[in-house]
This record gives sequence, structure tokens and C-alpha cells, in this order.
Amino acid sequence: MIALLLRDLKLSFRAGGGFGLGLAFFLIVTVLVPFSVGPQSSLLATIAPGVLWLGALLACLLSLDRLLALDWEDGSLDLLATAPLPLESVVTIKALAHWITTGLPLVLAAPVLGVLLNLPGPGFGWLVVSLLIGTPALSVIGTFGAALTVGLKRGGLLLSLLVLPLYVPTLIFGAEVARRGATGMEVQTPLLMLAGITAAAVALLPFASAAVLRINLR
Amino acid sequence: MTLTVTDLAIARGGVPVLEGLSFALPAGKALILRGPNGIGKTTLLRTLAGLQPPLSGRIEGAEDRIAYAAHSDGLKPTLTVTENLTFWASVFGTRDIQPALEAFALNELADRHAGNLSAGQKRRLGLARMLVTGRPIWMLDEPTVSLDKTAVAMFADAVRAHLRQGGSALIATHIDLGLDGEVLDVGPNKARPKALDDFDGGFL
Repeated sequence: MIALLLRDLKLSFRAGGGFGLGLAFFLIVTVLVPFSVGPQSSLLATIAPGVLWLGALLACLLSLDRLLALDWEDGSLDLLATAPLPLESVVTIKALAHWITTGLPLVLAAPVLGVLLNLPGPGFGWLVVSLLIGTPALSVIGTFGAALTVGLKRGGLLLSLLVLPLYVPTLIFGAEVARRGATGMEVQTPLLMLAGITAAAVALLPFASAAVLRINLR
Repeated sequence: MTLTVTDLAIARGGVPVLEGLSFALPAGKALILRGPNGIGKTTLLRTLAGLQPPLSGRIEGAEDRIAYAAHSDGLKPTLTVTENLTFWASVFGTRDIQPALEAFALNELADRHAGNLSAGQKRRLGLARMLVTGRPIWMLDEPTVSLDKTAVAMFADAVRAHLRQGGSALIATHIDLGLDGEVLDVGPNKARPKALDDFDGGFL
């Protein structure tokens, strides 16, 4: 299992692996927002938590279509399925590798981009906490979508359509934590909901992903 | 332990391709799979490897004992030859990749990226993967594609060494590898589309 994680991380850092693409996309989207809504700092401060969360979510989505498709194309997914590793752990490791290469850099970059959007002082901590808790769910749900669409031509587009509605609860509660944190309100309720969604996704979706992958590999 | 297949029927894309297939593959023996294109040799190997369920019939002695090599080698172009093999070795819980490198003359290529290898060299690396799996039953789908004469001999030697150590191999191939084992022609097991028989009769 460790070997698969290390291989996926190595592949992501090598040429053409796509590491940093999501991060660059997040950066550009956040920089574009003040251009489109105007430079009023009070307006930016109001929308900053939501914009940062939406940007992080779309950046996560960007690399999902390569998550399993590359392994499917070169045949290693078939070989992994006949290896001693259970498919459940294969998809869990793939989601973890996706989170480390995409989700974690977004969490770390978010406070810096918060400055660009004039995020109020108390909001920084809660933004990082909400992203840290919420982004693993994005990776796990995304892996499920990737397993559903693996082997389809132009599957990336369908993947986005399938996965975006599933991202809605995470987005609502994640952005709510960041928004309440920024305005100094109590955050416990949305934070617990967000943590609950992530815990449920991490606990249940690998089984669903492995099941659809088995059907797709036939 | 013998791999036993009893009255197996398999389908590709929902259409039955082979039926009534029975054979036994004892340890130390090879079984060469023959049959025209499209008869279902790949489907049979995929079914035995556990990638798809059979329509009916029984497969015994296959669980966790099969190393499967498909048409594509499952190599990562941005990893080196050593890294590719080491990855599969650790997935299968083995360590030593040196014998595999030597058996397929990959030592000189060990630090090259798999993406820079020729088709034949890639195939050799794909076959070397079988050696690091440490599994007793090899299932190979057209293993000699894009191999030259020397490499084919190398491969035949590797299979013979595997058989001597008590392993077995099921190989779908059209060339003669000179192995100790039988040839299984799956042609007579072609599934007959039942509804179509009557349909033809209507015209005659």
C-alpha cells in the first residue's frame, strides 16, 4: 500500500504528472475575482470565504479525470486488480495521493490568497481548518466519480457533471465555517456537519468506488 | 496444486463466446491456448484472473495464485525500469528484482525511463514483472508480441525455469515456444448463439 502511495506521489512530481496545476488554477481564479467584481474591499471581504472555497473545489476537480484514467489506459489498473491489494485499499490510496498532491497544497495556499481578497483577520484560521477538514471529502468523492467514468471516452466532462452535485454539501458547510469564522460568529454546528460529511465519505465511498471499478473493469 | 476448470462458459460484452470448457493445469506444466482471433482467449484469461465473472462453470485453485500479463504492460513511462519493477515487487510482497532483470537482460537498461524503451524492451520489462510477483500460475496473453528471436528464447527459458520450480503457465500464443505441456484448442468450444440457429433455418 505504501508502495502504491509512493509511486503515485512520484508520478505526480515527475514531468507531466500534473502536480501544481490545481494550485496554479486556484491562484489564477482568486486573482481574477477582484478584477471581475471590482476593488471595493468591503465587498471582497464579504465574498472572500465563499470564493476561496469555490476556487479550491474547482481546483480539486481539475485533476480528477487523470486519477484512474492513466492507470486504466496503460493497463496497470487491470494488473492492480489482480494483485494482492484489495481494490478498496487501491482507491483509498489513490484518493489519499490525490489529496496530498492537490488538496493539501490548496489548504496551505489558501491563507496567502485570503490576503488578496481582503479576508478579515479572524477568518484565516477557520478557512484553513475548514479546508483541512473538507478537502479529503472532495478527493474521496472525486475518486468515486473517477471510478464511475473510468474507461469512457471524454469521461472527464461527465465526471465533472457527476461529481459537482455531490460536492454541494461539503461546499455549503465548508464555506459556512469560513464565513462564520470571518465574521466572528459561532462555527461549531457547520464545522461538525462538515466533519461528519468527510467522515462518512471516507468511511463509505471506498467500498462504492471499488464496487463500480470492478464492474467497469469487466 | 492444480488449476481445474469445469464446464466453463464465458461472455464478452454480454455475448457468450466460449462454453463447455474443461481443463486441468497441474504444477510444472504449461498449457498453450490456441484458437482463431476473437474466439475468446483474452476473455478466458481475464475470467481466470478474476477480472470478470464466468457465466457458469467452476474455477478451482486460482484464488490469489495467478500472475496475469495483459496485452498492455502496465508500465509508467516516467519511472525507470528499476522503479517500475520495484513497485510491482512491493505490491506482491517480494523484494529481489535482480533475477528478473537478469532473466530478461534488462540490467543495462535499469536506469532508463520506461517511456524511452523500444516496444520490445517494454514487453521484456512487462514479462520481467511476472518473475517478481512470486505467484505460481502465470497467465500470459500474447507474450511474444514485438519480441525478437533472442528475446523469445529468453522468455521461453524464463517459463521453463518457472515450470521447473513447480509453477505452471497458461499462455495464449500462436508461436511454438518448445515448452513441456499440451496445446488447448478452444475452437470447438465456441458458444453457439441459440436463437440464431432457428433464425438461419427460416431461410433454408
